[in-house]
Amino acid sequence: MARTMQFKIYRYDPDKDNAPYMQDISVEIDDAVDRKLLDVLTKLKAKDDTLSYRRSCREGICGSDAMNINGKNGLACLTEIKELKQPVVLRPLPGLPVIRDLIVDMTQFFKQYHSIKPYLINDNPPPDRERLQSPEDREELNGLYECILCACCSTSCPSFWWNPDKFVGPAGLLNAYRFIADTRDEATNARLDDLEDPYRLFRCHSIMNCVDVCPKGLNPTQAIGKIKEMMVRRAI
Amino acid sequence: MVNRIVVGAHYGLKDWIIQRATAIILALYTVLFLAVVGAVGPDSFEAWRGIFASGFMKFATFLFFISLFWHTWIGIRDIWMDYAKPDGLRLLLIIATAAVLVGYTGWSIQILWRV
Repeated sequence: MARTMQFKIYRYDPDKDNAPYMQDISVEIDDAVDRKLLDVLTKLKAKDDTLSYRRSCREGICGSDAMNINGKNGLACLTEIKELKQPVVLRPLPGLPVIRDLIVDMTQFFKQYHSIKPYLINDNPPPDRERLQSPEDREELNGLYECILCACCSTSCPSFWWNPDKFVGPAGLLNAYRFIADTRDEATNARLDDLEDPYRLFRCHSIMNCVDVCPKGLNPTQAIGKIKEMMVRRAI
Repeated sequence: MVNRIVVGAHYGLKDWIIQRATAIILALYTVLFLAVVGAVGPDSFEAWRGIFASGFMKFATFLFFISLFWHTWIGIRDIWMDYAKPDGLRLLLIIATAAVLVGYTGWSIQILWRV
């Protein structure tokens, strides 16, 4: 069924605009073909080709099209248009500098991600085939390795808004626990030492915005809780 | 001095544990206080003073105040760390908070052992 959808989209082109503004725009959609918000964005882009946003895989794997949709962070490609209240308000991810329209500068986000050393640290020479884990040990990594670094969680976290340069943020901390929990990793103590910090870890006050928005259904608050639990176990 | 972002003070776990431990003490004391007041039903100054006359009640109430002020210290310091951006201002606010809470502790001792 064809119908018209109303949109309010955050627009800002620093080369042309003095200040950001909200653009009212409508588009004809066909519910039989247009299923996800990204489908409609493609139509909007055809209508007004100055509209800028990131996209790539269009199936919730690359994490490029993260944006603030009706006040809640999410991926355009995973958001059902049927469930959206109109006018659909689209804004860039909150808390990060805007490059243009819905595109934000993710430098600070990735700086925090890299700060947790997101790779296996093991100085022993690797065996011929691979470093093995028991199925139980591998189980612990479920719900951690699936993070696609879309930044929906970190940019919905007030602690990350206030201290993006010092607080690792939910995405970074979830990934930190992914390596702390990995039995093949040998830098557990150093990783815990690095995170035992009033800013890097303890800015998290468990308000769980991150859990609420994660498009992959992951639970950074639980991962952060497990990091704290390991620190307590180590200290007492 | 160059203005570089520095993190790595390596504390926070103790505060995090204390915040939780003091919260439990505050909750337990609240139950105790309501139970005692409910049982005694004080209707005069003398009756209120009677509640706090015993050594146990003095001890429990003092523990409550210490927990309250320690809990407050961690929480308020967190607020300054989040919102007070200039380092000098933050240090000033942290010192002022600590001073006020130490003062409150002395004051609560004076009040408790006066009755």
